Amino acid sequence: MKWEIVIGLEVHTQLSTNTKIFSGASTAFGAEPNTQADAVSIALPGVLPVLNKGAVERAIKFGLAVGAHIAPRSVFARKNYFYPDLPKGYQISQMDLPVVGKGALTIQVEPLSGNAKPYEKVVRITRAHLEEDAGKSVHGAAQSMTGIDLNRAGTPLLEIVSEPDMSSAAEAVSYAKTLHSLVRWIGICDGNMQEGSFRCDVNVSVRRPGESLGTRREIKNLNSFKFMQQAIDYEVQWQIDTIENGGKVQQATILFNPDTGETRSMRSKEDAHDYRYFPDPDLLPLDISPAMIEAVHATMPELPIAKQARYTDEFGLSAYDASSLTSSREMAEFFDAGVAMVGAANAKLCANWLIGEVSAQLNRDGLDIAQCPISAAQFGAMLARIADGTISNSGAKEVFRALWSEGGDADAIIEAKGLKQVSDSGAIEKIVDEVMAANADKVAEYRSGKDKLFGFFVGAAMKASQGKANPAQLNEVLKKKLAG
Amino acid sequence: MSLTTQDVQKIARLARLAMNDTEIEAARAQLSGIFELIEQMQAVDTTGIEPMSHAQDLSQQLREDVVTASNDREAFQAIAPQVEGGLYLVPQVIE
Repeated sequence: MKWEIVIGLEVHTQLSTNTKIFSGASTAFGAEPNTQADAVSIALPGVLPVLNKGAVERAIKFGLAVGAHIAPRSVFARKNYFYPDLPKGYQISQMDLPVVGKGALTIQVEPLSGNAKPYEKVVRITRAHLEEDAGKSVHGAAQSMTGIDLNRAGTPLLEIVSEPDMSSAAEAVSYAKTLHSLVRWIGICDGNMQEGSFRCDVNVSVRRPGESLGTRREIKNLNSFKFMQQAIDYEVQWQIDTIENGGKVQQATILFNPDTGETRSMRSKEDAHDYRYFPDPDLLPLDISPAMIEAVHATMPELPIAKQARYTDEFGLSAYDASSLTSSREMAEFFDAGVAMVGAANAKLCANWLIGEVSAQLNRDGLDIAQCPISAAQFGAMLARIADGTISNSGAKEVFRALWSEGGDADAIIEAKGLKQVSDSGAIEKIVDEVMAANADKVAEYRSGKDKLFGFFVGAAMKASQGKANPAQLNEVLKKKLAG
Repeated sequence: MSLTTQDVQKIARLARLAMNDTEIEAARAQLSGIFELIEQMQAVDTTGIEPMSHAQDLSQQLREDVVTASNDREAFQAIAPQVEGGLYLVPQVIE
């Protein structure tokens, strides 16, 4: 029996402001406990929240990036619950009127297994709203007590909610990765998942084709794409097994344990979902004028989706290549700089090298493109020598390895290692003549119809040139001369 | 609309208020009175009037994103019931 998987995501992105959403306390990561927890962060009686313009601008930026409606008026609400890391007894969030409305994100899905081809999908975004983060509980700080660090309390979050449009772990991971790269691209979130800057809650349910939605369970707080995939795979199988064995899935909040690869239900908190939202009387409605939206719009970089369109239209790259090259702004800038040096006609060459050799080396050394030991200028200079025929692709690989490990410049390496191709037609003709003279019997065989011998001549001539003959030119000369 | 004792008990539990039977009964009567007032207000025809989320028809002022707070941990923790290593201590939370 076939099952359909239905997945929706809620992603909490920490906004990269200097200060908290409702006070002038610093948000810098890693400070001594409670040194960045001011009177508002610890909820001393009598304090009042004052909204951070930087947080609002970042929310607008996100809305514009996903083509969403920016609410001209949005409202902050209190979400009431008790937990020691939430000193007010409520979280200030947005409920009925969020700052960002419906939008969409186009993703390139790379299937996780099999030989299935990458494909494109549009995931609808339901809304995105501003809210404050909670503090942190520290266990084991003192006997039978829990320590509370409120440095994080009040850090601005943008919670981005998707429609349940994803139907596999691969799609959910692609969506999360695309969103992760987008928020970094537009500079609203540092994307540091270890530090909790980008946290994903995944809603998963299964159903028979054609049936209405099944009961969902929510996997909380996933902070790695690998764990997300494992958690979804495990959860989907668990739900299918449960139903096929005659059981029923109960709505629940669950946690993923990376050590066991299993999901488990959190101790259900009584009344946990009775949040009694109401408009926060401490905050007036947030009005966003068209002028403010326009001012934010003016600071937006070219978006990945626009760059992708340009790469496919102007340079003839595949959608998948274009998507790989726009996985981060740094990658796209590296590509743009390379193309600027070798011209649009060689954009494909530049793309192939970046997605192939450069990415492979970066992976091997655990680096990202911003830490690439070869600069875009060094890289472009090397590509230029491939493009103008000075070096062959295999010669370029040697240049690349030298640039990677020792630095320097492509021309000097080509010179020092003697990698220059022979592209002088006179020199190539001379080599070909010599090879043909030394193998007169094979020339005769070739001419009487044994075409397969062509490879032999290529090999012999290439060897005679010590591997330096320009392969395309050599082929051409050989064909002409062998034809007689 | 009249509230039941169970309604009041639930509201008290959500608000972490310990109330005895006498207090619950008193609160029930008072809260029911408030609900009656709300019912009267809901009878008013508000067709065409945009809902307000705040009593004042003003909009939120925004603050520049500049650090203005200083580190007052020492002063705050001097009045906290229990602290250790810069942390506020609370009874153990078991997840």
